[in-house]
Amino acid sequence: MSSERSDDSDGLGDLFDADTDRETVPQTQRLKRQFDLYVAAPFRVAMTDWRAIVGTAIILMFVLMGTVGVWLVDKPTSGDAPVLEPPFQNPSYVLGTDTFGQPIGAQLIHATPDMFRMVFAGAVVSVGVAALVGVLSGFRRGSTLDTILMMITDIIITIPGLPLVIVLVAIFQPGNPYVIGVLLGLDNWPGLARTVRSQVLSIREESYVEASRIMGISTGTILRRDVIAQLMPYITVNSALASRRIIFESVGLYFLGILPFTTFNWGVMMNIAYEGNALNRPSMYHFLAFPLLTIFLMSFGLVLFSQGMDSVFNVRLRARHSATIDEGDSDS
Amino acid sequence: MRTDYLAKRVAQAALTFFVTVTLTFVLYRMMPGGPTEALRNVILQQQMGTGNTIDPARVERLVAQYTNLQSDAPMYKQYIQYMSSVFLEQDLGESLYEDASVTSLLAERIPWSMLISVYAMVIGYTVSIVLGAVMAFKEKSRFDSISSIVVIGLNSTPYYVAGILLIFFFSIRNEIFPTGGRVGLGVEEGFNILFMQSIAYHAALPVLSMSILGLGTALTMRGNAVRVLGEDYLRVAKLRGLRNSRIATQYVGRNAILPMYTQFMIGIAGVLSSSVIVEQIFSYPGVGLLVYDAIQVRNYPVLMGSLIVFTLVTIVAILIADLTYGFIDPRISSGGTDE
Repeated sequence: MSSERSDDSDGLGDLFDADTDRETVPQTQRLKRQFDLYVAAPFRVAMTDWRAIVGTAIILMFVLMGTVGVWLVDKPTSGDAPVLEPPFQNPSYVLGTDTFGQPIGAQLIHATPDMFRMVFAGAVVSVGVAALVGVLSGFRRGSTLDTILMMITDIIITIPGLPLVIVLVAIFQPGNPYVIGVLLGLDNWPGLARTVRSQVLSIREESYVEASRIMGISTGTILRRDVIAQLMPYITVNSALASRRIIFESVGLYFLGILPFTTFNWGVMMNIAYEGNALNRPSMYHFLAFPLLTIFLMSFGLVLFSQGMDSVFNVRLRARHSATIDEGDSDS
Repeated sequence: MRTDYLAKRVAQAALTFFVTVTLTFVLYRMMPGGPTEALRNVILQQQMGTGNTIDPARVERLVAQYTNLQSDAPMYKQYIQYMSSVFLEQDLGESLYEDASVTSLLAERIPWSMLISVYAMVIGYTVSIVLGAVMAFKEKSRFDSISSIVVIGLNSTPYYVAGILLIFFFSIRNEIFPTGGRVGLGVEEGFNILFMQSIAYHAALPVLSMSILGLGTALTMRGNAVRVLGEDYLRVAKLRGLRNSRIATQYVGRNAILPMYTQFMIGIAGVLSSSVIVEQIFSYPGVGLLVYDAIQVRNYPVLMGSLIVFTLVTIVAILIADLTYGFIDPRISSGGTDE
């Protein structure tokens, strides 16, 4: 029901009324309409998609872990507890303890804030650069700027990210999570930049953009009003995917022991457990298993979230599924 | 048009390689205190055992020998010297620890890394494209929803986690596959069945864990195929009474795969990247393990050389993909750039 209404408003409504209405409708009305179009309607569709709900719930759980959790649980130190306590035995360390007697649950929790810092820095860098490059080169297709930007993009796509990041890390030894995030974000943007560019190219051909151009509206306004709004879906979906990649890579580098062990990190725990031959020692299984599970859960949340958002934003998909969205997704 | 396209692609590849080599030069220069300063400690440590006294001039000479950088010459001369030794002499410097040139160290390792990466890529992408297409055809069925969840789950599993789990279940708990190495002990090298078997046997788990990287494609493929299935031209094709197999391959398959071009390009670089971590987990002696070992001892020449070689392999792979892509999509070779 709800999806049908929202379909109408951004389908036919936009095409015929929006431009003439915008001049006369008062500010509050306009804000209200935009809120309905960009926040309320997607939210209504999201509530019918289990992936969006579960994904959001998982991400929220991690946010709570990184904020309230850190405040509730003490920072673990060596010798806090007996060494290698098995999980689910002692209520004060539910997930057991590691080889230094540090509770594993507390370590997982205290690794979260830095993880978010890394993900935040990396996602901002990669998505920001990608959006900028993609919009610029898409809107000035065929110009020298476009050629140069796409050339740079293709070069960076080609250079394998991990070896480059490893060399950079070896040289600079970054300990600050923001710096690590930025380094990891540096090779993350080209793919999204190309997607954004091809989106801009197809949006540019849409009749309403053409109409705006014929009416003599400046490029800046067209970009802001018609293009950027259309790109938000891609940017949201890809921020989640970029975050997942940054988590994978940073944890991977910590796991290899390439990033300096200055903070708690899931990868550091994996490294210590793995180097301690946890795979062959049943008493250490939990030390390796819980960090693995945490990484899986966080990226599972992000992937689900991006999938859910994809169906929320995908107008064609939504149009095709609008009649069946309720029954079709609730049984799966 | 075709030769034009070909020339453009090759020129792009050459430029990328040139930029990468320049990048390694810049990276050397960006080391705190420059390459001399950065390498001095490493060299001092290494020479400690030999009892030689080290004077600054000797360090200078050693740095030049290891990295191809004459750090006392002006910057542009250093750059020209460095570039010419890489391009004209294929000289990537010398390892700080082994008495071997970086080129020879890498040459020995590359085939093994290529072996696992190429198989991982081919398997990962083939499986996910077929799976994605089947999921789209059976949209909303039980098969579709179950495999969607499985793919999302696998997609959320980092490849190294997959590697650890595979090693745990298939090498430690059940000794089906070896835990490391690339070929069994005492297997005679050469073109014989036993040798091949041993290689395949050792490569199986690394390939499997890396092929997870390609699985994200299944969901993209499913999305694209669902979209194509809703297009008008498909209805027309059905009304024309075309065979289902023809519709599936010529109409749906082709149009659904084409937009994934960029994803493939990134995928190629991604799979090669991943070999650093995967090879360490499986102690598989390829370029990735070389990088891992080099970073433990700050063996900069080997690191830079590996970066160059990794990029070179990716460039060649993408070039091949590019050229074959031109055959599938006629729009590309006629100069279209909107993908």
